Amino acid sequence: MSSVAILFSNIHDRDIPELTMSRSSGAIPFAGRYRLVDFALSNLVNSNIYDVNIITHYNYYSLMEHIGSGKEWDLARSTGGINILPPFMRADSPVRESLYTTRLEALKSIADTINSFTEDYVIMSDSNIICNIDLKDVINYHKSCGADMTAVTKTVNMTRENVNNDIIIKSDENNNIIDIKRNTPDFEGVSQVYMNICVFNRAYFQNIINDAIAHNYHSMTFDVVRKNMKNSNFKVYNYENYIMSVVSLKDYYSASMEILNNSKVRTELFRNRLRPIITRIRNSVPTYYGESSNVKNSLIADGCKIYGSVENSVIFRGVTVEKGAVIRDSVIFKNTIIGKNTFINCCLSDINAVVRDNMILSGCQESPYFIGKNKRL
Amino acid sequence: MFTKKECVVMLLAGGRGSRLLSLTEKIAKPAVNFGGKYSIIDFPLSNCVNSGMHTVGVLTQYQPLMLNEYIGNGQPWDLDRINGGVTVLPPYQNNESADWYSGTANAIYQNMDFINRYDPDYVVVLSGDHIYKMDYFKMLEFHKEKGSDCTIAVIDVPLEEACRFGIMNTDNENKIIEFEEKPKHPKSTKASMGIYIFNKDILEKYLEDDDKDQSSENDFGKNIIPKMLNDGKNMYAYLFNGYWKDVGTIPSLWQANMDLLGEQPEFDLNNPQWRIFSRSNGAPAHFVGDGAKIDNSLITEGCEINGMVKNSVLSSNVIVEKGALVKDSVIMSDVTIKTGAVVKYSIVDKNTVIEPDTIVGKEEENREIALVTAKNIQYVKM
Repeated sequence: MSSVAILFSNIHDRDIPELTMSRSSGAIPFAGRYRLVDFALSNLVNSNIYDVNIITHYNYYSLMEHIGSGKEWDLARSTGGINILPPFMRADSPVRESLYTTRLEALKSIADTINSFTEDYVIMSDSNIICNIDLKDVINYHKSCGADMTAVTKTVNMTRENVNNDIIIKSDENNNIIDIKRNTPDFEGVSQVYMNICVFNRAYFQNIINDAIAHNYHSMTFDVVRKNMKNSNFKVYNYENYIMSVVSLKDYYSASMEILNNSKVRTELFRNRLRPIITRIRNSVPTYYGESSNVKNSLIADGCKIYGSVENSVIFRGVTVEKGAVIRDSVIFKNTIIGKNTFINCCLSDINAVVRDNMILSGCQESPYFIGKNKRL
Repeated sequence: MFTKKECVVMLLAGGRGSRLLSLTEKIAKPAVNFGGKYSIIDFPLSNCVNSGMHTVGVLTQYQPLMLNEYIGNGQPWDLDRINGGVTVLPPYQNNESADWYSGTANAIYQNMDFINRYDPDYVVVLSGDHIYKMDYFKMLEFHKEKGSDCTIAVIDVPLEEACRFGIMNTDNENKIIEFEEKPKHPKSTKASMGIYIFNKDILEKYLEDDDKDQSSENDFGKNIIPKMLNDGKNMYAYLFNGYWKDVGTIPSLWQANMDLLGEQPEFDLNNPQWRIFSRSNGAPAHFVGDGAKIDNSLITEGCEINGMVKNSVLSSNVIVEKGALVKDSVIMSDVTIKTGAVVKYSIVDKNTVIEPDTIVGKEEENREIALVTAKNIQYVKM
């Protein structure tokens, strides 16, 4: 049973403009030392899938820098390993067609790569999904059903407040997909939301991509899956553990707070000895706590200097919290400096920001205040 | 066919370090945890790469499993190279004999083939059990400038401590005129750091002669260096001005860890221009819970702190439960300190569990460090 993976690194960039101004969504930092793509990459290698193609779009410098040769994930290999696919533009294609806008267009542009696959299964995943999932289970289920495609979903109680442009999948009692549609704001109730992780049979997958090129289809969900629903075997795999697709700043913030406040989720994600979440090693020094420091319920990465108070917050690598500073319910990205006697509440600070002494900054849980990359306040 | 290298580094990492007691029962001294996320050998290895020296042989002998595994292909130090890189050199059997390394000089002598493959002009010999940051390239430049046959790095030590070291007596030009091993009445305070640069041809000749000498202990300090001096070779002392600590004893290992603490620590690891690299399993960011209070301490990846930590250095994946107190101590990786336990003036070995409500370690005025392992507790006078 061999598998090859395709990861989409940018597909959600437009949903979180603040954090994707200068990086692709897979490169968004998370939980003190990770990037979102670490979950997808680790889930793949922990499921013995060592052949990973990453589709990029634009702004993929920080993603490439993070993944490097892929050695941390044991993906620096002679056969297989990491294969980063930069935006592909044919010499004869007009500029406006060069950059894809949907997953299917992205896949069409790498048709040569896809047609060269020889593995049994193709796994596709977005790289903004926080979960520690055993993909072997999904593939085994897919195989045991003799399915053409299996989609991973989670059960969500939809309300008017949590509309996120989700794709909702309806299935029968045998987990056959019977409908697939975009969520609309007026819809309420329990439903299965597609998590943008799926398994295809390789030959079937190659056929639909070539067919999509021939017929100029644009949408995987509507032109391919929905159209073939009746004459193919499409299954749903409903995942019951923690899974979160980050598609807004609010999602990002609430996922960060959940990691702090829910030790069960923290353990499930990061303390699984069979399936560790792997990230780039940066060799920062241990974090120093000064005598005046006071830290409660927080995740702190290495390389920090903490002299002030930190409560209910996520602090990334190399952050300095000066004496008298108070940080509460916030997420502070790497190399930020928080000045003396500065008060920060419900903020999200991007990398290399400097907040000077005696400042007061506050957002609220529903809408955290965002401090941009390299900002001097 | 190997590319010629200007210099090859030979790192002596085979010592047991018996003065570290049960800490080195299962592992060699260079593999011992230091400073939270490091092993002692990370310092010379990182110094090598930071000095631009990328061909390193690591000589192992005592309990090499951990060390071999730790060094692996050298990837954390960027020493996984097709051309050079790190090579672990254990003792081996050949068609004439099968010998353990009988001394530091013999260890190098048995690996002359490894050195000669790179046809180097110079050989740098290091010990794997010191904590310091040093640019060996500068020392090599000094060696070349002086036209030296052998250059020995020295550090100024207080006169009253000089009797514990090999002492170099030099002239005004730093030329070594006399070498005394642990002198009762030291004439100088320039102590050998166990870092040597040799011209390769001269080193090879002396090692060959030394091997033939039945009475020799095959040791650099005891045999090779005195013999070269006797023969009137050109030998220079290279004065090093930074922090340097031999962590061969429990109190010195404890003290060197304490030297990392403070807002302006005596030994600052945080230098992006001279990073110390280590092999890491990439544990999550450490979590500080509601019951925690941390003062003047270093904490690293994977820790979960719910108790009090004061003046201490914690390695990765240490768990301090609610109501526990860790004070003036060095905690190695994967240790759990259960609720209500107190640990003070201690070094706690890897994978140890301190049971609830137990008290480990003595008060400051006792001037003793407790070495706590899964099996027992030993107290060592400071």
